[in-house]
Amino acid sequence: MEVAVTINGESYSREVEPRTLLVHYIRDFVGLTGTNVGCDTSSCGACTIHLNGESVKSCTILAVQADGQSLTTIEGLADGEVLHPMQESFRQCHALQCGYCTPGMVMAAISLLDENIAPTEQEVRLGLKGNLCRCTGYHNIVKAVLHCAGASV
Amino acid sequence: MIPTAFDYIRARSIEEALAALATHGDEAKLLAGGHSLLPLMKLRLATPAVLVDIGRLDDLRYINDVGDYVAIGALTRHRSVETSDLVRSQAGLLAEATSYVGDPQVRHMGTIGGSVVHGDPASDLPSALLAMRATLVVQGPSGQREIAVDDFFTGFLDVSLGVDELLIEIRVPKMPDARWSFQKFNRRAQDWAIVGVSVVVNNGSSGIGLVNMDSVPLRAVAVEAAVNGGASASEAAQVAAEGANPPSDLNAGPEYREHLARVLTRRALAVVGC
Ligand SMILES: Cc1cc2nc3c(=O)[nH]c(=O)nc-3n(C[C@H](O)[C@H](O)[C@H](O)COP(=O)(O)OP(=O)(O)OC[C@H]3O[C@@H](n4cnc5c(N)ncnc54)[C@H](O)[C@@H]3O)c2cc1C
Ligand code: FES
Ligand code: FES
Repeated sequence: MEVAVTINGESYSREVEPRTLLVHYIRDFVGLTGTNVGCDTSSCGACTIHLNGESVKSCTILAVQADGQSLTTIEGLADGEVLHPMQESFRQCHALQCGYCTPGMVMAAISLLDENIAPTEQEVRLGLKGNLCRCTGYHNIVKAVLHCAGASV
Repeated sequence: MIPTAFDYIRARSIEEALAALATHGDEAKLLAGGHSLLPLMKLRLATPAVLVDIGRLDDLRYINDVGDYVAIGALTRHRSVETSDLVRSQAGLLAEATSYVGDPQVRHMGTIGGSVVHGDPASDLPSALLAMRATLVVQGPSGQREIAVDDFFTGFLDVSLGVDELLIEIRVPKMPDARWSFQKFNRRAQDWAIVGVSVVVNNGSSGIGLVNMDSVPLRAVAVEAAVNGGASASEAAQVAAEGANPPSDLNAGPEYREHLARVLTRRALAVVGC
């Protein structure tokens, strides 16, 4: 089946089986490998992207469900060498170690601030509960999101 | 993990969805947000031959004020229910219960209709819908019918919906002055409830729903009777597990669930001021 989407402002169209998961469409058919697969069971959030501006887990969506829609992945954030403010905050606050969870964590964090421009620490923790990190202990990730939201941390 | 192959049909109207169901019978499965069905298909616990995608039926995405109830279209996403001013002011318990579903990503995709039809006894929304005495509107080949939520959940992952029927609307009685509390006990952030309790008291009458206390979500009728008879929170909560047949799993056995039902019900009743 032909599935056409816009990813990071560019149009793509690929012939895929209906059972193809969106994350595989993005990684294997389009070749944007910044989005990771962690658990493959909807739990870890490593595969988080934006579907029409909202965070979703791309391992739990069929590519056909996204046909005609607009997606943003981690590759779509930076403007050339200039990082997106959330990426910059992650860098400054040392919010990553191995980096595996980071693409999904950053996408979830941006969606969180889109819905709540000035979250409390507790709201950040609740808002990121769909994203697991095995390295950082979360503390600096929460700090980075608060930092990006303009809080002094 | 990849689902088994299936034929994909994208329904562009309720009529097209019903026609696809009529043609393919129990070979077909409806796909709404996919956040219950796709995990099962990836594990190959569900292997539908035909998937009928109703995710584009935007006509079924609405939250309307209709006299004495709030009408919520079956395809309305959790996030919309959770943040709706109308739901928050007229059916606050449902907005609160919805905010506990999974995580933000899940709430951006999952729908109220999919959650209800999935019939998972551990889901969050049924306890609120039972407590508030919601009504479900379904449509089949011979037209629409209404089902009281009390008659909807028939068994584990089973509801009283024919294979040729579509859930189209959930009607929740307006209760602007109700006092309510939602209690969910789990061990990890995004888990389903080990036990969950919804309590609502409206015009002196109580509604209490329990999840993960049986193979279906159920009402704690003994507690409702005790509360309506003037019992205190701790007295009424003593009978919270009466008539329930709690499951046993890695998280908890039946006795612990009965204990949780009593504790959570007492806390919820205390919140509403019983
Ligand atoms: C990681 C994760 C965590 C979650 N945590 C929770 C939680 O804590 N609490 C909770 O309650 N839920 C939880 N869920 C489930 C979530 O609420 C789902 O969104 C919801 O159960 C299913 O909605 P859906 O639209 O995705 O349905 P789908 O998966 O598309 O469909 C579910 C079932 O309902 C049928 N169906 C769907 N819509 C209709 C309709 N209109 N008419 C007839 N049949 C229909 C489908 O055929 C299918 O059998 C979680 C899910 C995930 C992936
Ligand atoms: S890979 Fe999608 S949630 Fe873990
Ligand atoms: S930085 Fe390693 S998993 Fe998060």
